[in-house]
Amino acid sequence: MPVESPAWLQRDVVCHLWSSLHFRTVTSSASYRFIPTAPGRSTLQLSGCWKASCSIPELDEIFGRLPAHLDHLKITAEDSLNWDSILLVFLSHFLDHCRKKQLAVDLTGLPEGVQSLLTLARKSTSRPLNKEKVQTGMIARLGQGVLDIFARGRDLARFTGEIVTALVLLFRGKAYFRFRDFFYFLQNCGADALPIVSLISILVGVILAFVGAVQLRIFGAQIYVANLVALSMVLEMGAMMSGIIMAGRTGAAYAAQLGTMQVNEEIDALRTLGISPVSYLVLPRMLALICMLPLLCIYADLLGIAGGSLIGVWMMDIPLYEYFVQSKKGLHMWQINQGIIKSTVYGVVISFSGCYQGLHSGRSASAVGEATTSAVVMAIVLIVISDAIMVVIFSL
Amino acid sequence: MRAIQPLSVIDLTMAYDDFILQQNISFTVERGDIFIIMGGSGCGKSTLLRHLIGLKPPQKGKIMYADFDFWQADAAEREKILQRSGILYQSGALWSSMTLAENVALPLQRYTVLHPPVVRELVEFKLSLVGLNGFSEYYPSELSGGMRKRAALARAIALDPELLFFDEPSAGLDPVTSRHLDELILELRDSLGATVIMVTHELDSIYSIGTNSVFLDREAKTMLAVGNPKTMAQETENPVVIDFLTRGTGKRPR
Repeated sequence: MPVESPAWLQRDVVCHLWSSLHFRTVTSSASYRFIPTAPGRSTLQLSGCWKASCSIPELDEIFGRLPAHLDHLKITAEDSLNWDSILLVFLSHFLDHCRKKQLAVDLTGLPEGVQSLLTLARKSTSRPLNKEKVQTGMIARLGQGVLDIFARGRDLARFTGEIVTALVLLFRGKAYFRFRDFFYFLQNCGADALPIVSLISILVGVILAFVGAVQLRIFGAQIYVANLVALSMVLEMGAMMSGIIMAGRTGAAYAAQLGTMQVNEEIDALRTLGISPVSYLVLPRMLALICMLPLLCIYADLLGIAGGSLIGVWMMDIPLYEYFVQSKKGLHMWQINQGIIKSTVYGVVISFSGCYQGLHSGRSASAVGEATTSAVVMAIVLIVISDAIMVVIFSL
Repeated sequence: MRAIQPLSVIDLTMAYDDFILQQNISFTVERGDIFIIMGGSGCGKSTLLRHLIGLKPPQKGKIMYADFDFWQADAAEREKILQRSGILYQSGALWSSMTLAENVALPLQRYTVLHPPVVRELVEFKLSLVGLNGFSEYYPSELSGGMRKRAALARAIALDPELLFFDEPSAGLDPVTSRHLDELILELRDSLGATVIMVTHELDSIYSIGTNSVFLDREAKTMLAVGNPKTMAQETENPVVIDFLTRGTGKRPR
């Protein structure tokens, strides 16, 4: 006599048939079915492809199909199951949901690899420490900004102080100072910089002469182009252009070198040896640039005047000799000295910015990049500010 | 899908310009092996690894992934092989300007077309596999050395690789942490079904997880022994290998 199957079995058989029909057509996608085993118990069988490249069913969808009144679920997998980490992520979420629903889940039917990886991931040895983003009001941020400015000022003052003490020690012969480094940097920021300084200064001379010629020709005073170029090169452009070139070339290099040393803990290694990084690393760089920038400035002045003479000779038919005599007449020694003094000051601020930013760099690749950027920006800003101040002082 | 195991190296010569580092290197890695590349400092272990992962072309010889000559293939084919490999660099080599989550996500973004939320979940999962759940928003510089190693491991396994390369995974870690790392490597090898190729000179790791190995020597400029490290320690007659495997005491392990 046929025994009538219980109601729960009938419903699940239908579901089972439906899902197997449904999924037989799509073999490469993730499929699953619920197989009832006993009242309140069921098996979730996974098959097909549970990989990142296949479409994975939504959790809600599966929970929607979950047989009612279930308190024990066994998850099994067909032998042909194809899986990668996507299955694990899915199961991880699935188990979280089941835990919330207080549904007991048995994972022993899954491949061993899946089981052990799931255990490993859910062992959760570390405490979730994710940083909270502290929301601050505008006033608080403003206050913090002001405090930061003070802290920054203190840093700058300390760095300046360290440089001064290191200098004093150096002159008393008590500082570690590598003369090899010093000569290397002399060459690096002197002779090696000549090509770029030549190019820029000649072009600046040409531009000045060209702009001046257009105006002066109106008055028939072409010869004064020589004065214009000579004065502006000597007073401003020679020092300024060589300063800006060296800020981009050498200041940035200093910041990058010292920043990378900071990342590699080389600076710490010096400190623990009792060697001040300021006297050992900063002073050679600084002194080299301070020695070389005035020389570069004189060189830039000369080449700028030469550049101007190109225009004077070729475009305005001023004889070369006359051009130079006129240039010489237009200049006083004191004006040349002004430019040299300025470039010395620029040497200080460029190497100061580069070394300061490098030594205060963070310990990552991006931090070194930021330090380099700030070094150049700081150097150029300081160049312009100090120029303005000196112009006022010299005109008194 | 082409199976890329086993990896075999045939008559490899490694050199920096005229300076020959190692020659006549030949060995085969079987599927599921934890293959150890060992030898004293400066013998070219890391250089061998760089040859295997496509960072340095060999001067002579072949590196075969299955029946596939790695260095004869074009760049695209090589990339396909590397896509199935995970590499853990000696110092972690996490990108310092990116958070852990971004570090682990990059291989996934590069080689899969998954939606960002799925990538995020996978990343979280990989980080929890190495015990770093909750640290996804941290930058590498904010972590300890061991955590950085584990994060780098999470990045190496991001794509469920079939081949895992490790360059001195336990360098700079304390004994307990490095044992945990060994266990983790073993666990991942078993569960992912991956093959591990590992450069190391940690004897503990060599004995506890190595199933096959090659011993390189700087003086001889070639390999001195191949085989399971435990058997190697028992059977080798070469004094250099004995010295290395017994930490200079000459007492063979039981």
